Amino acid sequence: MNSSYLLSFITFIYGFAAFLYIAAWIFRKEGPGKLATWVSLVGVIGNGAGLMLRWYESYRLGIGHAPLANLYESLVFFAFVMVIIYLVVERRYRSRTIGAFAMPIAFLTMAYASMAPHISSRIQPLIPALKSNWLIAHVMACFVGYGAFAIAFGVSFMYLMKKGRETDQPSSMVYIQPVVLFLAVALLNRILMQYPWGLSALIALGACVLVYAAMFLYQRMAPATRERLLDRLPQTKVLDELNYQLIMFGFLFLSAGIITGAVWANSAWGRYWGWDPKETWSLITWFVYATLLHARMMRGWHGRRIAYLSILGFMAVLFTYFGVNLLPGLHSYGAMGQ
Amino acid sequence: MDPENVSADYLNNIWKFFASLQLTIVVLLSLAITSIIGTLIPQNEDPGVYFQAFGPFLYRLFDVLDIFDMYHSWWFQMLILLLTANVLVCSIDRLSLTWKIIFPGNPRFTPARFRSRKNRHEFKAPVVPDRLSGTYRAFLSKRFHHTDITPTDTGVALFAEKWRWARLGVYVVHLSVILLLMGGLVGSMFGFDGFVNIPEGESVDTVRLRNSSETKKLDFAIRCDDFDLSFYNTGQPKEFRSSLTIVENGKSVLQKDIIVNDPLRYRGINIFQASYGEMAPPQSRQRIPVPETITLSLTSTESGMTYQETLVSGQTITIPEGGGTFTWTSFSRAAEFRGQPIGPAIIGKLTPRNGDPTEIVLPLQFPSFDRMRRGEFALAVIDRQPDTPLQPDPVEKRYYTGLQVTRDPGVWIVYTGFILMIAGCFVTFFMSHQQVYVELSESRSGSRVMVTGIAHRNKVSMANRVEAIARQLEDVRG
Ligand code: HEM
Repeated sequence: MNSSYLLSFITFIYGFAAFLYIAAWIFRKEGPGKLATWVSLVGVIGNGAGLMLRWYESYRLGIGHAPLANLYESLVFFAFVMVIIYLVVERRYRSRTIGAFAMPIAFLTMAYASMAPHISSRIQPLIPALKSNWLIAHVMACFVGYGAFAIAFGVSFMYLMKKGRETDQPSSMVYIQPVVLFLAVALLNRILMQYPWGLSALIALGACVLVYAAMFLYQRMAPATRERLLDRLPQTKVLDELNYQLIMFGFLFLSAGIITGAVWANSAWGRYWGWDPKETWSLITWFVYATLLHARMMRGWHGRRIAYLSILGFMAVLFTYFGVNLLPGLHSYGAMGQ
Repeated sequence: MDPENVSADYLNNIWKFFASLQLTIVVLLSLAITSIIGTLIPQNEDPGVYFQAFGPFLYRLFDVLDIFDMYHSWWFQMLILLLTANVLVCSIDRLSLTWKIIFPGNPRFTPARFRSRKNRHEFKAPVVPDRLSGTYRAFLSKRFHHTDITPTDTGVALFAEKWRWARLGVYVVHLSVILLLMGGLVGSMFGFDGFVNIPEGESVDTVRLRNSSETKKLDFAIRCDDFDLSFYNTGQPKEFRSSLTIVENGKSVLQKDIIVNDPLRYRGINIFQASYGEMAPPQSRQRIPVPETITLSLTSTESGMTYQETLVSGQTITIPEGGGTFTWTSFSRAAEFRGQPIGPAIIGKLTPRNGDPTEIVLPLQFPSFDRMRRGEFALAVIDRQPDTPLQPDPVEKRYYTGLQVTRDPGVWIVYTGFILMIAGCFVTFFMSHQQVYVELSESRSGSRVMVTGIAHRNKVSMANRVEAIARQLEDVRG
């Protein structure tokens, strides 16, 4: 068996787990939830095995290196970390509803790695600049951080859903939300799928219509049904705390990632910081989460604003990771060496 | 009000301004937002390029605002300075308040502080307080660094704590931020960043400084004895290796092969493998005339079919199988790819079916070069008119090695900052100053036990821990 096949198979396992978590949440059944945990566990073991197999295969090809050298490998590792972090959270907080928001992210990550046309799953040899142990430390630390931020992103979403019921929104949000949603989806399409702007905007429009249709239907539901959907989510206090814990964990690893990256740059190019777009974007991400950590200590900054900052932070993560290749001034072969 | 008071007030307000968390939020977000500009507009390019891209008005505006070198502009440096002042003042302000808590001399505890707490656990024990306190103290001192016991009106109170110093973690993080900025400052004031190309067999003792027209003379000479490069069979570079010798006062003092990621360090100066090139025979560049027509082969990756098209400069052709269009935009006698010379090349604009136009380079000497791009089509120039022969490869290629030569005395300050930041973040996030209070009061059938505790952060997990301790204490109550 070849690692790429194994890993594409894991994509389906994660998809199945995500489906089970969502079903368990909506239909309020214990059975599918328990099964989902086991399926996720099997998936994450297979995911880890896939990475090890890939490592072994690279040695068989005579270009042995840790499977953390290109976009495909880093995405697979990203999903791996995310699921581990999620499973720990599930155990600690004894809530499977979080899985309905976390596992889909892991599934989409793996699906994107396996299916996006511009991502090659071939094992490539290392170019000279990447031959460094610091690279391994750097990629690992960054993606552990990103994994925590991804789960925090899902948790923030849950928070906003749950909180939306408890209190009324400030009226300005009603206008801002669709604009932000539209821009975020368009940008994501542009950077993740590399569609042209026009198509990205069209898809974003479609997504907005869908989301608002869903919200409309949701409003039309009987209050009791709505109640039943939301009362499975952990309390807002718990979600807020969990968001914060994940962000602290992520911040530590993001800091370690930026630092090991700087040490690596210093050993390869003689400078630890050069303000290149990738470095700068990782710093921007770091600033956003540093803002969040400090904002929590100010009165009036609990809850919703922290959830929005967490979502903003994850957008910055995505841009650091995928968007930088689209920026002007980079060579058109820019993505090749990644 | 007398003037002294006014100025004291004034200073006090300035101090408060710099100590405020609101300022932190504003500055951190401003840094995040303005940093984006420099990633959207490529930095430190030739003024002419900017002028063409933005036109006279925007060019002048951006130039005044230093947008083309924004990370070194006065306003960006101001923001960083503001952040530094903010961290410094805020930390001093808080530390002066918490110093007594962190280093209290001999720790004392006040029962009143704990008695009013909400998260308390109570149970009864069949033994009198004096007998129970010994067991409990032994239990607590296994888990906490410091324990204490005091008699109260109704019995005894036990106190235990650990990780008091964890309150310092956040100051360590803030100190690390200051160290990073200081290290950067020291590096830019006392260090340099230069580069030099050395042909094989030759030596130099002067380097050109980056982003300036100046040069710097070193105290020694660097000789390049040999340069080697190797490729994988995919065509990707595998290793660049320069054999260098340091020559001081005419004597060779150090010899080392350097590769990317493994530099040579000598007397505080670091020498990195940065690039390389071929020494071009001086006249060869002029020989190749600009082609008037070229014939391209277009190979589809999907179907494997190969097509041919002949075109003139400036012409746009349609790629078969609906693969988009290709425009021949220019010709370069000495093209470069990622800083490596690749000889004469056709430069064109490829617009795929769905996607943005990209510039692609088709070197005449390497017909399979474009395959590396992994596009839907691989293009190659297979014929051109007039068709003068390219320079045959010289039998023995002569290379030069491109070295980056730097000195950065601030790097150790920065690395210290790195270590402190990680250590400080770890302590801040995962450790807290934990205090547990157990009060035993005499009752008719033995004693009443009350257990409570606090931590200076992560209060939720502390509440769980206190609950667990209360349960364990209940189990050992005699
Ligand atoms: C880039 C710069 C900075 C970094 C990386 C940083 C980092 C941190 C971290 C990790 C924490 C702990 C957060 C938490 O408890 O959740 C913290 C707390 C804090 N920071 Fe900063 N900080 C920075 C700048 C500043 C500045 C400029 C101020 C100035 C007011 C400041 C004031 C504080 C305060 C008051 C706390 C809370 C301390 C406490 O818990 O007693 N920070 N900082």
